[in-house]
Order: sequence, then C-alpha cells, then structure tokens
Amino acid sequence: MKVNRKRKLHEWFITLPSFSWLTVLFVIPTLIIFVITFKPSDPYGGIGDGWTLNTLISLGNPNYPAIIWRTLWLSVVTTLVSILLAVPMGYFMARVSAKWQQLLLLLVVVPFWTSFLVRIFAWKVLLHPEGPLKQLLVLLSLATPDTSLLYNSGAILLVLVYTYLPFAILPIYAAAEKFDFRLIEAARDLGAHQLRAFFSIFLPGIRRGLLTAILVVFIPALGSYVIPDIVGGPHSEMIGNKIAQRTFVDRNLPHASGLSAFLTLAVLAPLAAVLMLQKKKGPAGGPLIEEDA
Amino acid sequence: MKHSRLPQIITILVLVFFYLPIIVLVINSFNASRFGGTWEGFSLKWYDRLFHQRDIWFALRNTLVIAVGATVVSAVLGTTAAFALHRFSTRLQRAHYTLIYTPLVVPDILMGMSLLLFFVASGIKLGLFTIFLAHTTFCISYVAMVVLARLQDFDFSVIEAAQDLGAGWWTTTTRVLLPLLAPGIAAGALLAFTLSIDDFVISFFVAGPGSTTLPIRIYSMIKHGSPPLINALSTILLVVTFTAVAISQRLTKEKT
Repeated sequence: MKVNRKRKLHEWFITLPSFSWLTVLFVIPTLIIFVITFKPSDPYGGIGDGWTLNTLISLGNPNYPAIIWRTLWLSVVTTLVSILLAVPMGYFMARVSAKWQQLLLLLVVVPFWTSFLVRIFAWKVLLHPEGPLKQLLVLLSLATPDTSLLYNSGAILLVLVYTYLPFAILPIYAAAEKFDFRLIEAARDLGAHQLRAFFSIFLPGIRRGLLTAILVVFIPALGSYVIPDIVGGPHSEMIGNKIAQRTFVDRNLPHASGLSAFLTLAVLAPLAAVLMLQKKKGPAGGPLIEEDA
Repeated sequence: MKHSRLPQIITILVLVFFYLPIIVLVINSFNASRFGGTWEGFSLKWYDRLFHQRDIWFALRNTLVIAVGATVVSAVLGTTAAFALHRFSTRLQRAHYTLIYTPLVVPDILMGMSLLLFFVASGIKLGLFTIFLAHTTFCISYVAMVVLARLQDFDFSVIEAAQDLGAGWWTTTTRVLLPLLAPGIAAGALLAFTLSIDDFVISFFVAGPGSTTLPIRIYSMIKHGSPPLINALSTILLVVTFTAVAISQRLTKEKT
C-alpha cells in the first residue's frame, strides 16, 4: 500500500510539469478559439465585452466557399502527389544496402532541417519572371515571355509538395524498412504480376506508414499560410491567409477566431478518422508519429 | 529477376527537386547581379552589406535568447514527460500522451492564433516572453518524442544493477540514467533549438513591438527587401543548420 502511494506520487511528480504546461498553453488556448468566436470585437483591435453571433453570421461571406474549396483541393492534391512520390521512394530506400539507406535518409532529412522561409524564398527566386527556370522554359519555347510561373495556385501546389514531401517519405520509409520483402518474392513465385504483388502485398503491408504520411501532409497543408502568402497571388488565397488578414490587417480577432475554429474542426476530422483506423488495427497506444532519428 | 527501375528514377528526381532551389540560392548569393537571372561575376558584396545591417544583428540576438530559453525549459519538461510516459501505463499517461503528440500535428497557424487569443484575453503583454512561452510549448513535444524513442531501446538492467548495489532513486537517476541518456536528451534539445530558431508562423502571431526575430525579419525582407541580401543570409543559415545536423548525427551515432 505504501509502495503504491509512493509510486503514484512519483508518477505525478514527473507528469505534472509537462501536463500542466500543455494544459495551460495548448488546451486552454485551443478552447479559447471557440469562445472568442462568440465575442464582439472592439475598435482597438481587442476583444469586446458581451456575446454576439456576428462572427458566425459573417462567416457566411460569399467569398469564403471559394477559399475553402481551394484550400481543400490544394491540400488533397498535395497529399496525393506526395504519396505518389513517397511510396516508390520509400520502397527504393528500404531495398538498398544499409549504408545507402543512411545516406538517402540524411539527404531527405537535411532540406527539412533548413529554414522553412529560406526554402520558400528559394522557389520564389527560381520561379521569378527574371529567374533561371522561366528563362529556360522560354528558351525551350515551353513558355512565352509573359507566362507567369509565380503568384498562382500551381506555384502554391509546387511549393506545398516541396515542403511536405519529406514528411511523407519518412513514415513510409520507416514502414517499408520493417516490411518483409520475402512476401513479395513469394507472391511472385506463386505467379503474381509485379504490379499485383506491389498493390496487394506491399501497400497493405505499409498501411500504418501510409496513414501517418497522409495525416502529416494533409493537416499542415490545410493550415498553410506562408506558402500561399509568398508564392500565391490575390486570386489564390487559402484559409490561412484569411486568418492572418483578419488578425493583422483588419485587426478583427473574433472574426479570425471564427475562421480558426472552422479550421480546427476541419483538422480534427481527418485526425479522428485516422486514429479510429489505427485503433482497429495495430498495437493500441503505439505512437502515431514515428520519429526517425 | 526483373526489377522495375521506376523507384530508383523517382528517388533521383525527388532528390534533384529537393536540392535544386537550395543550390541555385547559394550560387546566387555570390552573384554580383542584383536579380540573379544572369551571372555577372563572383562577389561577396551582399555578405558585406548584410553585416552592416544592424537590425539583423538585433533580430539574431532575440532569436538566440528565445531559442536558448525554450531549449532549456523544453529539454527538462520533455525529458520528465518521456520518463513518465515510459515508466507508467496508467490512464493519466494515456491522456498525457495525447497532450504530447497533438501539438505535433496541429498546423502552426492554429497554434499561433490560439496562443495570441490566450495572451490577449489574459492581458499578457506580447513580446519576447510570449514567443518564449509559445516555442517552449511546441518544443516539449519534440523533445519528449526523441527521448521516449531512446528510452524504448534503453537497457534497464543497468538501473536494476545500481539499485541492487544499494543506490537510491535519486542516485540512480542522476548518476546512472541521466548520463547514459545524455546523448538522447542532447539530440532532443538540438532539435528544439533548431525548431525554435526556424519558427516563423507562431512567432509572427505572438510577437510584440521590439521582439522581431530573425525569421520575422527575413519574412519582411522577402516581402519588401532586396533578394541578394536574403540569398546571403540564407546561405549563412544553411551552413549553420548543416553544421547542427552534422553534430546531431554524431550524437545519434555515439549511442549505437
């Protein structure tokens, strides 16, 4: 009995610091988003007293459906392209020798350790009207001098894939590395076509990695703000841009809050779906995100 | 045995895709031309000009102050969290685990926005301190995940041996466990440090007057400033992060 109490005390002693920090600075702030949605704004850019439904009504703004739709399709296409590239890459990485695996892993991780803004800026330079890519395309007569490579949805898509692809490669590689490739050989010996073996043996085998990859690309893509802000134009805004605009330009915090509440719900839906799928199969309580060091 | 070459080709193309923009950027930082479309000769003038920008040094100082603070606090909290998660499998720890990993998947803009609202609603003045609080919050999760992964392949018989030899809880922790886990904690802390230095979105939301960090400064340079200066600054940052990656690789290898 006494040992048990001591154990409990020990548990609380090492749990409380992180638990209370994250409760105060993560859980409460997330809940506040929903509360402030129902607060009026004050003329000084703060939060007024009393309660109102104004924000909810103004979310019916006719511009929003187009922005929400664009955010959604850009995120879906980004996820699809990332998965399509990450699966063959993860497959290849898992099949080479240990030494090559280490090197390839490092090559994938390094750009993802470099400054996020710097990488986006590098694309802005590359796609710039005076930049090298445009000149090359004009030279190959694949583009006319007045085609714009920047400030449109295509540029956003390109940079989104560039930014989030490493996040897709890591969990897929981690799953592929644990995959028993003899299963594919067995299927082939039994007469399965190469593609058939790939689709019905390999893909189900790395299912967990695939789910994680979808999640870690789709969710940040939904909330992207800097990428459309730098390489997108006025006609290719995403929800993130609107939240920032309401916060910094219009200084209407309740309105920004309403949009954030909407985005939170949009993010929770796929998260909950994947958690349910993971729970059905695989070890309970296993890590959702497999960190690779 | 016929193997498809497709995976290999895709891997090579993806790596070219990853490195092309970075290489172009580094080359352009030494280009005398202002727009970088054509090569007008090797020059260090952008670096020279960069070193004379006083506000960049000020922003760098802010960034480092925040990063050091956030790294120290999150290293402590993340490590204790990992210990708790590893050692106990109670209901409390299940909630604790959810609390630790959810910040990893929440988009930056939501974290920035929710913290901004929290600080405004509770009357905390925006500035370096609020950025420090925000960074510590997301760094805890990363440190905890890295240390937890280390604990999972830690040989606990060493601890039992120490206890059998009469060492108490405190002695075992400080003399055996922590020194053995030091490389793991250091790798987690290094990750926290680089994430803090690199963060733009969350900092931008919770920054106040006079608390401009380096990424915030870079952002306004991208928006309004001169591209060659950013090229030069980016190249310096690349060298710094590459060095950090190299060091962390060393730390990771030491254990295995």
